[in-house]
Amino acid sequence: MKITLSGTRGSVGRAGPETMAYGGDTSCVLVTADDGSTLVLDAGSGIRRLNNDFSLSPDRIDILLTHLHMDHIQGLGFFKPIFDPNSEVNLWGPVSSTMNLADRLGRYLSPPLFPVRLRDLPRVGVRDVRPGSFDIGPFSITTDLVMHPGPTLGFRIEADGASIAYLPDHEPALGSDEFPKAPEWTSGYDLSRGVDLLVHDFQYTEAEYPSRQGWGHSSVAQAVAFATQVGAGRLVTFHHDPDHDDATLDEVHDIDTGFELIPGRAGLTIEA
Amino acid sequence: MPQHPIEIILIQQWASMMSVPIWITDAAGDLIYFNEPTEALIGVRFEDGDGLSASDLAARFEITDADGSELHWHERPLVIALEKQQPAQRHIRIRAGDGTTKVIADTAIPIVGEGHRQLGAMVLLWDTGEDHP
Repeated sequence: MKITLSGTRGSVGRAGPETMAYGGDTSCVLVTADDGSTLVLDAGSGIRRLNNDFSLSPDRIDILLTHLHMDHIQGLGFFKPIFDPNSEVNLWGPVSSTMNLADRLGRYLSPPLFPVRLRDLPRVGVRDVRPGSFDIGPFSITTDLVMHPGPTLGFRIEADGASIAYLPDHEPALGSDEFPKAPEWTSGYDLSRGVDLLVHDFQYTEAEYPSRQGWGHSSVAQAVAFATQVGAGRLVTFHHDPDHDDATLDEVHDIDTGFELIPGRAGLTIEA
Repeated sequence: MPQHPIEIILIQQWASMMSVPIWITDAAGDLIYFNEPTEALIGVRFEDGDGLSASDLAARFEITDADGSELHWHERPLVIALEKQQPAQRHIRIRAGDGTTKVIADTAIPIVGEGHRQLGAMVLLWDTGEDHP
């Protein structure tokens, strides 16, 4: 199993010469099993890169949405297979306490925010996801709610004897007075425990975090502490703040950890 | 110990900031947290009470109805919240950790999480200020 980072930016896209190395597109990851089966994680603007990815089978495309903040769904309307009557696209994502996923997504995929209605797309299926486990092809997927404003899922994906945890928007230090010492009070712990590859929120510097506490994201130190706590094999940094240009990101990645730290750069492919 | 549901983690975080005594139990009624004001009220630190059931802990308070009469188990707000999935409130008397008897407004609220999962209950113990010898 391997992953390809199609969009690594958080909150809002930032394109320009100062973000060429890490990328400016928002959250999207392609997961590919050894047999060629694929999953797409989130549909930020990075999903447009997959329009030209021929590893995606048009017969069936499954997109797992962690949550419905715009930086995770804004690319949906620009992902060509959703308009293709020859492509089956399944959208999997969280419900709210009062609305199913289709109704929630319909708020974006309808006028005035988007000219085409979700219900008018030819072969798009919408699947409500609740905490638990399910399979898609060779992928065994476990999901749970994680600490971020609004219903937000983290995913653990297992296939080919490897495991990936994807928590792009996550503030594990919130809700744990003793973070990172108390696993039972740490959001995302069970989902990420012992995972081979952890793709995790890496949004703020330590100087930025205090004024953004409760916004649902991690500082660099918190992401590293969480990865250490869960015993992750490697940490792929993700959801980079739009205020952080390449030089800043190079600087914040210059830290010592007890595991391999992989700077999340758009276009990077990593074997799990 | 497995990780608690995110809804419980959020309530615990909130309760840890509150000045009112608050307990949290899981769906089976087992105590999973009480905050510092509860410690001050009952004279037991959470670390020392960890692992106690809610009923074990309640037994330490010598709980009676507000008039001093016996309070049956099924009349207690926490039991109503857990068994009937309804909020409940009652004025009760307890023997506080300092040995005094206090009248408490005991309020229990079921914790109904995402997908209507019954995750437990939280209990607020509001000291009415009425002390009894």
